[in-house]
Amino acid sequence: MDSDRLSISLTGLKLANPTMLASGILGYSAETLSGIVEGGAGAIVTKSVGLKPRKGYPNPTVVQANCGLINAMGLPNPGIDEFVDEIREAKTVLNVPLIVSIYGFSAEEYAAVAQKAVKAGADAVELNVSCPHVKETGSEIGQNPEILAGVIRKVKAVVKKPVFVKLSPNVTNIADIAEIAAKAGADALTAINTVKAIAIDTETAIPVLGNKVGGLSGPAVKPIALRQVYDIYERVKVPIIGCGGIANWRDAVEFLLAGAVAVQIGTAIATKGPNVFKAIAHGIDVHLKKKSYRSVEEIVGLAHR
Amino acid sequence: MSGWHTADNKYRITSIKNIRSNNLTVKTFTFNDKACAKAKPGQFLMLWIPGVDEIPLSILGVNEDDKVSVAVKKVGEATEALHNMKESELIGIRGPFGNCFSASKGRVLMVGGGTGIAPLLFLARRLVSKVVGASFVIGAKTKTELLFLDELQSLLGKENVVATTEDGSCGIKGLCTKPLESLLAEEEFDMIYSCGPELMIRKIFDLAEKHGMLVEASLERLMRCAIGLCGSCVIGRHRVCRDGPIFRSEQLREIVSEFGVSKRDFDGRKIQI
Repeated sequence: MDSDRLSISLTGLKLANPTMLASGILGYSAETLSGIVEGGAGAIVTKSVGLKPRKGYPNPTVVQANCGLINAMGLPNPGIDEFVDEIREAKTVLNVPLIVSIYGFSAEEYAAVAQKAVKAGADAVELNVSCPHVKETGSEIGQNPEILAGVIRKVKAVVKKPVFVKLSPNVTNIADIAEIAAKAGADALTAINTVKAIAIDTETAIPVLGNKVGGLSGPAVKPIALRQVYDIYERVKVPIIGCGGIANWRDAVEFLLAGAVAVQIGTAIATKGPNVFKAIAHGIDVHLKKKSYRSVEEIVGLAHR
Repeated sequence: MSGWHTADNKYRITSIKNIRSNNLTVKTFTFNDKACAKAKPGQFLMLWIPGVDEIPLSILGVNEDDKVSVAVKKVGEATEALHNMKESELIGIRGPFGNCFSASKGRVLMVGGGTGIAPLLFLARRLVSKVVGASFVIGAKTKTELLFLDELQSLLGKENVVATTEDGSCGIKGLCTKPLESLLAEEEFDMIYSCGPELMIRKIFDLAEKHGMLVEASLERLMRCAIGLCGSCVIGRHRVCRDGPIFRSEQLREIVSEFGVSKRDFDGRKIQI
């Protein structure tokens, strides 16, 4: 990993390797995020933060599926006015790009939160327009082309830093949505958020999650996410960040070949610990060396032939 | 920070086999669960009350027949719903989660307050035949709220169990930290195990530091995923669910600005303890 093969430029941000922490994981405090950076993450995406504090849903908020996790946390967060302190601290202790994930219940809210996040030091913002389990935000915005374009334009108008847009897989054609997001000004697209799902208990005949429905992550969604990244790459030119069930270097390389320039990892931290970033980056590096590539950027989209 | 195995995270539906009232606000629930029956003292499980909530609970005891017990104090909506359940009704269990108390072989002291006595009783049962000596200080508001006094006295001998109550209705009047000042000045303990209200544990830790003794403390935070992902239970750079719930002196020293001072609320904001 001492070579330069792994370093990438993502919308102008320099990443030492293409692995990033996915939003939603451990993102309240700068101190815990520093543990993820020590684990080898090339960039950090925070938990989604909104204009006001939110308590989230009652437990169970996570249920184990056969090949993944279904979660319905309900976007718990302290609100941007409190979170700016963590952003400032994170900027002083983390030596990797910090991307703040944000959500809102209107284009104005997204813009207001983005502005505050950037002012506090965020290197970029990632718009959560794809959370599948909170009404009137998340995927309810990302599934509606007009509203989505409006949100992106509004945010782009008020921040100078890169704006990433995290897409929902819960749409008929993700490439259509990706094209709309790119036209509205998205600097990069993250694909995908969790796949809307439910768990029902046979003995009690009750949906397990407190919110009944949630989002599926982990190995179960990987092939779906991979196909969606592949489809998006065929249609748009903006950088794609692959996300969904990545747990080892082969998974990561598949996403790079499908067209992603970087990958986000979340659920695998539960099974493999924060050093999963180092392990994946090392595996990619060994693979590149074996195949005689000088840079990881050379294999992006290589499967499109 | 480290990873773990997902198998135990899948919830199992099981029926409540036995319910025993310990006092007006605490009940002990016993059920069968193979995975949690292998738990070590200090570990916790997540108990799902179908349709209501899922809560973290310290494990009170296990036996060879895969029976698992938890002591639950009625403190809110979820625990009240559990208290209202009857034997043979169904609950969901996942776990065990977290690390466990270490097995010290020397002279040990256990200090427990309220339902915090539960995991320490589990520990005492495992340690009693292996240590040089074991003393136990337990505390509660009143005599009726004092948990497991009889069990501890028959396990460790009456002379090794010190009871304290805030109203003086049993044993020493005051908090369970009260007898510690003289106890730690007179005796050398190789390990002090502690569980209970965090302000109590903080005081025990400060006393132990003063006397140069080691502590292992069981800490509690808001728990959601229980597998080290969601960040709800962070203290310092640690996740209580995965890196804890048992923290050693050297870790406690790193988190003194939060330990016994603040915790994170449902929305992630820091609030006073």
